[in-house]
Amino acid sequence: MHDHDHADNEMDEMTARVRALETILTEKGLVDPTTIDTIVEAMETRIGPRNGARVVARAWVDPDYAARLRSDAVSAVAELGYGGAGGEHMRAVFNDAQTHNLIVCTLCSCYPWPVLGLPPVWYKSPPYRARAVKEPRKVLEEFGVKLPKETKIRVRDSTSEVRYMVVPQRPAGTEGLDEEALAALVTRDSMIGTALVSAP
Amino acid sequence: MPSNPTSTPPDTPPFDAPWQAQAVALTVALIDAGVFTWADWGQAFGRRRAPGHARDDGADYYDHWLETLEEVLAARALALADAVRETASAWRRAAAATPHGTPIRLENDPHR
Repeated sequence: MHDHDHADNEMDEMTARVRALETILTEKGLVDPTTIDTIVEAMETRIGPRNGARVVARAWVDPDYAARLRSDAVSAVAELGYGGAGGEHMRAVFNDAQTHNLIVCTLCSCYPWPVLGLPPVWYKSPPYRARAVKEPRKVLEEFGVKLPKETKIRVRDSTSEVRYMVVPQRPAGTEGLDEEALAALVTRDSMIGTALVSAP
Repeated sequence: MPSNPTSTPPDTPPFDAPWQAQAVALTVALIDAGVFTWADWGQAFGRRRAPGHARDDGADYYDHWLETLEEVLAARALALADAVRETASAWRRAAAATPHGTPIRLENDPHR
């Protein structure tokens, strides 16, 4: 029978374990609970693929910016106000007519947080991590991306030392669009390499 | 991968529960504080996320995250398993002793 006398609040085990770590580390002066709250807030509201989309749109309209993004992604991304945890070693790779880039983290789930947010479930899954390397063309087809046979696929394995983002190709027929309208076309998956950007 | 990946919404909420966000934030704060590095993290987390060990649907992702964090901290003697277990129990007792609508505080643990 259900015990109606039970406690007012029940804390699940995982929550209690995280709280325990936070308590112990706070007592040792290694973390500050306010900092933890700030990081959570940033993860939930300030990072995500809209940031990356603005970076891509800027690179499309401004060749000087694109050059800076290519040579030093961390600084170029910071020009637009993005950076922080998980963005210390970002590198931007550019798709063109000859080469299509696809990012993966075969080890775990390294990903450029400031520009893409936290990774989607499939990116973290063992099948994607293994198959993106072994049969990238097939994986892309499953995502609905059919590339010409001549297009070379470069699989970029992210690590804690280098976290890739893809700068997709600007679609034809978007010459009249401004930066904001272009950014609206750029999806998260196109910056992972599992989608192309299409004109509206 | 989902069976129909193209239907994936563009901005999947990254967390299913607040503790997951807390665990990630705690990790980031410790890396920022120089307690360990992203490379240390990747090594330890990668072992748990190895194919054949991690579930294909990703449901164990944050469980592994927290286990890795506990492992990394225990290995550095910063939070030993016994202390974590005892403190976690104290939090659960405190929660049970706290009436609804009141913030749960560790001081509310009746065994304290």
